[in-house]
Amino acid sequence: MQHDDVIWDIIGNQQFCSFKVKTKSQSFCRNEYNLTGLCNRSSCPLANSQYATIREEKGQCFLYMKVIERAAFPSKMWEKVKLSKNYEKALEQIDENLIYWPRFIRHKCKQRFTKITQYLIRMRKLVLKRQRKLVPLSRKVEQREKRKEEKALIAAQLDNAIEKELLERLKQGTYGDIYNFPVHAFDKALEQQDEESESESEEEEEEEDEEEEEEDVGKREFVAEEEVEESDLSDFEDMNKLRTSSDEEEEDEEESSEEEEEEEEEMEVEMKASKSKGKSPANGSVVRKKRAYVEIEYEQETEPTSKSRTTS
Amino acid sequence: IQDNKGKKKKNKKPKKKETVSEKGNGEGSGAEQKEEAKAEKSEAATAFPPTFSVSEIKNKQRRHLMFMKLKQEKRQQKMQLKKKKKKEREALGDKAPPKEVPKTIENQRVYDETTVDPEDEEVAFDEGTDEFSAYFNGLTNPKVLITTSDRPRGRTVRFCEQLATVIPNAHVYYRRGLALKRIIPQCVARNFTYLMVINEDRKVPNGMVLCHLPDGPTAHFKMSSVRLRKEMKRRGKDPTEHSPEVILNNFTTRLGHSIGRLLAALFPQDPQFVGRQVATFHNQRDFIFFRFHRYIFKNEKKVGIQELGPRFTLKLRSLQKGTFDSKFGEYEWVLKRHEMDACRRKFQL
Repeated sequence: MQHDDVIWDIIGNQQFCSFKVKTKSQSFCRNEYNLTGLCNRSSCPLANSQYATIREEKGQCFLYMKVIERAAFPSKMWEKVKLSKNYEKALEQIDENLIYWPRFIRHKCKQRFTKITQYLIRMRKLVLKRQRKLVPLSRKVEQREKRKEEKALIAAQLDNAIEKELLERLKQGTYGDIYNFPVHAFDKALEQQDEESESESEEEEEEEDEEEEEEDVGKREFVAEEEVEESDLSDFEDMNKLRTSSDEEEEDEEESSEEEEEEEEEMEVEMKASKSKGKSPANGSVVRKKRAYVEIEYEQETEPTSKSRTTS
Repeated sequence: IQDNKGKKKKNKKPKKKETVSEKGNGEGSGAEQKEEAKAEKSEAATAFPPTFSVSEIKNKQRRHLMFMKLKQEKRQQKMQLKKKKKKEREALGDKAPPKEVPKTIENQRVYDETTVDPEDEEVAFDEGTDEFSAYFNGLTNPKVLITTSDRPRGRTVRFCEQLATVIPNAHVYYRRGLALKRIIPQCVARNFTYLMVINEDRKVPNGMVLCHLPDGPTAHFKMSSVRLRKEMKRRGKDPTEHSPEVILNNFTTRLGHSIGRLLAALFPQDPQFVGRQVATFHNQRDFIFFRFHRYIFKNEKKVGIQELGPRFTLKLRSLQKGTFDSKFGEYEWVLKRHEMDACRRKFQL
């Protein structure tokens, strides 16, 4: 005997139903003959002896019906009716087959049939359109490639390569006369070398002068310092005048001025020596030491000396 | 000792191979040195058994300490060796043997038989009659159509726009779900010479299909490290409309040559030197790096370059003879990872 209520009581509420999937808000029925997919008293195919569903196979829709008369023959329980491909005709078929059946089942069958036809249409459309081919990436391979790329980038030294290529093109003359550099790179290189050698010789001369001055300075210590500074140090004439004036302004004591002049002399010696080696930073450091006494004059000092150097 | 070395290699699970060999090497000498060191430090001469190795100490801290010591000694030895060599070299002066050139992957590259000889007549003849001959003889002007895969994200769209500024005479069109095979005849009808499709995945451009149009070859690249203009450090202003110059570096083999020509034909034949812009395709170990710079010659020997424009790297995946046809096309070259990636020193481009 088919006791639907008893069955429902057992599987629906109290005990276990293997088709039931419970979630927080709702429970679903995984039975393939279920009409709505939910686990309800009216939707459960096990707990309803008179039941109907729509199922589709390979694009063909079928109406399945189960009646209580065949409940004893499980292999012949479900009656399968093929529905026509025409939507309206199929609906009529459903109506015709499920005449006198409960309203709920009829309605749900039609709804399910509509849904199925809709998704079949969409499937057919999608096949015609362009399909995305998903290519699986192997993570190991991708990481390897990435590392290789990084190493290749480092090995490539792109900036150097580009610069070299551009200079090559310039040398070969692909740019024509756009740039003002002379055509032969060697001439320019030679000129550069000449300039360097000239500057070196100038430096040597300066060093010699400075050495002589240093020697004189050493000798001058026996003589009165003020006169020597003004007369012998031709380069620093302006500077000396200014300095002496500033000294007069700043300090009254001669002793202190003499001492300062001594210091200044020594500093001058240091400055010259350092100038022979490296130009601006030594100046800067010396300027800083003397700043307490004279500030502006040292800037002026450098200009005339540079002029004198280039002319010599 | 060699047996012990073998044993050690099996027993340990080292992170690097170096540690194994070091430990293996250091067994004999290290043990002795440890003996000496210990003898110097502590007077008790504890003789280690000759098969001793650092990994046999069970206590982690002590083992770590011993290993550190071992490493230090190794390092010291190396430094001493270097100093000695340097002294010898200085002592010999001019007679010193020439400095050994370090081995690089480029040095050790397996000779590829398809490397192009500059004077090869066959290659010259081929290149005179291939699909690019029209371009290189000055008959056609490049006209590029840039598009993307379906539904591009912002990054890809911006990248396409920037590419369009870099390549003169380039137009960007949205894809809108059209099939490539249908686009191609339309492009040919409108005198386009190139079709460039930027493929996108997860909001990032990752592939490029470059199709030379009047039935020219189609190249499919994997694109990586895409940097847009605003992500570049120390970049200059936007590129101007002048045609840039093109630099192609390191395309040596036949395949490399054809790819090089393919990339070069994107740009017009006569670069405008007024613009001082240069686009570089540099091939290194089968990766093609694209850069776009503005250069300025400071003097004969120095040039300054400033990067503008996007940058990306390409790796060739396949080269197909006709226009884009993935199913029935005739593939000239396909990247077969298993064969080609087996040897580290073999490159195709």
